[in-house]
Amino acid sequence: MNDVPDVSVNNSRFPGLRRRGFLAAAGGAAGLGALALAGCAGSGTAADPAKGDGKPKRGGRLRAAFAGGGASETLDPHLANLFADAARAKALFDKLADYGPDLSAQPRLASAWEPNAGMDRWKVTLRKAAFHDGKPVTAQDVLYSYRRIVDPAKAFRAKASLEPIDLKASRALDERTIEFVLKRPTAEFPNVLGAFGAYIVPEGLKDFDKKPIGSGPFRFVSFAPGESAVFKRNDAYWDGAPYLDELEFVVANEESARANALLGGQVEYAHELNPATARAYENKGQIQIVRLRNSAMQGFVMKTDRPPFDDKRVREAFFLLADRKELLDGALSGAGEIGNDLFGKGYEYYAGSLPQREQDLDRARKLLKEAGAEKLKVTLDTSPVAAGFTEAAAIFRDQAAKAGVRIEIRTGSKDSYWKDILDSGTLASYRSGAMPIESHISQRLLTGSTTNATHWRHKDFDALYQQAQSTKDKKDRAAVYERMQRRLHAEGGFLIWGFADWILGTAHSVRGVERKAPANSLDWARFDKVWLA
Amino acid sequence: MIGPRSWVARRLLLGVAQTAAVVLLVFSLTEALPGDAAVALAGDQPDPERIAAIREAMHLDRPAYERLADWASGLLHGDFGTSLASGRPVSSYIADGFGPTVLLAVLTMVLLVPAGVGLGVLAAGHEGRFVDRLVSSVTLGVYAVPEFAFGVLLVTVFALRLGWLPPTAVGYGTDLLDHPAALVLPVLVLLSRPVCSLARLVRAGMIDALASPYVAQARRYGISGFRIRYAHALPNAIAPCAQQLARTVDWLLCGVIVVEALYVIPGLGTVLINAVAERDVPVVQGLAVVFGLTAVVLNLGADLVVHRLAPRAGVAA
Repeated sequence: MNDVPDVSVNNSRFPGLRRRGFLAAAGGAAGLGALALAGCAGSGTAADPAKGDGKPKRGGRLRAAFAGGGASETLDPHLANLFADAARAKALFDKLADYGPDLSAQPRLASAWEPNAGMDRWKVTLRKAAFHDGKPVTAQDVLYSYRRIVDPAKAFRAKASLEPIDLKASRALDERTIEFVLKRPTAEFPNVLGAFGAYIVPEGLKDFDKKPIGSGPFRFVSFAPGESAVFKRNDAYWDGAPYLDELEFVVANEESARANALLGGQVEYAHELNPATARAYENKGQIQIVRLRNSAMQGFVMKTDRPPFDDKRVREAFFLLADRKELLDGALSGAGEIGNDLFGKGYEYYAGSLPQREQDLDRARKLLKEAGAEKLKVTLDTSPVAAGFTEAAAIFRDQAAKAGVRIEIRTGSKDSYWKDILDSGTLASYRSGAMPIESHISQRLLTGSTTNATHWRHKDFDALYQQAQSTKDKKDRAAVYERMQRRLHAEGGFLIWGFADWILGTAHSVRGVERKAPANSLDWARFDKVWLA
Repeated sequence: MIGPRSWVARRLLLGVAQTAAVVLLVFSLTEALPGDAAVALAGDQPDPERIAAIREAMHLDRPAYERLADWASGLLHGDFGTSLASGRPVSSYIADGFGPTVLLAVLTMVLLVPAGVGLGVLAAGHEGRFVDRLVSSVTLGVYAVPEFAFGVLLVTVFALRLGWLPPTAVGYGTDLLDHPAALVLPVLVLLSRPVCSLARLVRAGMIDALASPYVAQARRYGISGFRIRYAHALPNAIAPCAQQLARTVDWLLCGVIVVEALYVIPGLGTVLINAVAERDVPVVQGLAVVFGLTAVVLNLGADLVVHRLAPRAGVAA
């Protein structure tokens, strides 16, 4: 069923709404012990009866500190690139859909979507919503926004995600209904509607920095690039007016500055803290630490089309070399969970039934011997482009040495790293933010994928993907995804050893911050459901 | 025979030549950097089509000499070009960052000169005794602490433990004067090392001057100790400090990145860091030219001041 029409269904698909209230109560009165527990368990176990201040309260200004992009920052939501951009865009604008805690598409401005039998034409109905200037959000606005994103003269990030849509043939059926014509069957089309940066702006709007008009929960007040953006409550918001009167985003690029500002009471919310900071303050009671699980995949990519990794026994041996716990503790200070060589732990369609892979040096040695790759020497490309990369590389080198594999680490330039490892080298450090498993496959694991860093190109695998995309029934589709993941788990090119937490800090007065919200999902950096006690 | 007039003219000409060299050097160095802005901007989405589109949008497909010619002729008219990342004029970036940086620099200098000179004179006046040893050892000790460590220490003690001062200037933007409390810690950090080096220089200069034959002669004439110390010895002791002060001002005006990052002050250092991170080449180049020019002008100024205070330096040069 792809039809998700009304609000009540919407709410039942948001189990987070109830948990949010509960967690806030636990954080509010139970004190530090319960708070720490809730932080660790993610959903919390200790019920706290003192719900006195668990009820949302209106008013106040929340200041949120993010790392920013300096004086080049813009409020154009289609140019969003940094977390700060995405958070500001989310406050001012809406997408047709967005990702829930399991990265499944949740309806936002779209109230319903219905495919034809061939899954290549989708009728999307808009809910009744208005832009900040009072004009209704119409099908024309949606088409304008999407056409602006795919403009070949621009390099908007969401362009690649909207690629399946034939926007020339797509049209408005009426004021609030759009028919999207797709280039091929796409059962997971709602994922496209929730793509990073695919925001809906009013038709014709071009100047975003002086007077951005969106349909989002907050209205624009002022913006100083690289310093601060002030927004105020949109009382007419379709999803309920926010509790906060005002929301201010401030920019502090240094992690220590964000932490100090939070500790010193200059901001109430600090995005992206280090594991060390989190540990130092987790039980001290000065601030609350929020860990967003499964936010960033961590691993290595093996090029499956060239020696030594064109032999699947070598790939399996490398899977078995990794001591995932040690990598997690060493490279991420333990702030995360171990991986099972599959993307998207905990997300929709994740093949959680596959056995957790453990380090097995004897079997790795045996596989390498069978493959004629004893005394193997491999170069591992890495770069300080993401937290923990160089540390993980050094740890993995030492782990591999125990099975007689010599890994030489080559540290590359930060600027060109992602391009460098796309086609050259054999083994490289890799990370990825949260996205639906289907997006991971279509962007990285098909013959025609533009960022296929493992050079995984198999016609039969492509065919399975197409089959999934033409399968209307969700259960059947899940079975196909499971088959694909089974194969990737056995012989794929992604050695995924962990998933990093995304760490936030908030003042004690801040309530309603969703904890089950991987970075980039709907509830991450979402301030319309947050209140100050 | 070279008159003082022509010495100044030669010094100015040298300054112009240095500026031209700075412009050329800045351009060729940024060109020589590995990777390119389009690749860096594409980040973890290195889709070749996306990179090509970014490259074209930024005119990176044009030859380097054409871009240099455009840029250099623009500079002559005060046009620094436009940012690749935002399309805003580079001059607006520089103007925005200049306010906070100049404010910090002025405050620091206003406190630095009396504090440094005062400590130096005080120590020299008590040469070898307790006050001198106290001043000397404390200044040596503080001088040895790097800015970032001192900054973190001050935040921890005065902002987080005692709660007397705000830990950062986050959210205050460029209106720092409206929030004087937020300026105390950054100015203290900026002062810490220059005060020490200045005090030590003045102390050494004063001791030298007080031991010199002309001071001995002045004493024989019966001139008061106060006058000897402040009207005769001090100007000679300060002359060597002019260059040191020029370097300090230069350091301050180029945006002290450590201090700006720690206290979230949106000055020139922050602008530079962001531009480098984003590979926003025109902004980096514009800043480099401004920084180069600042250094040239300040050194010129310092030379002229030294020339005035102690003419023998000019003769020696």
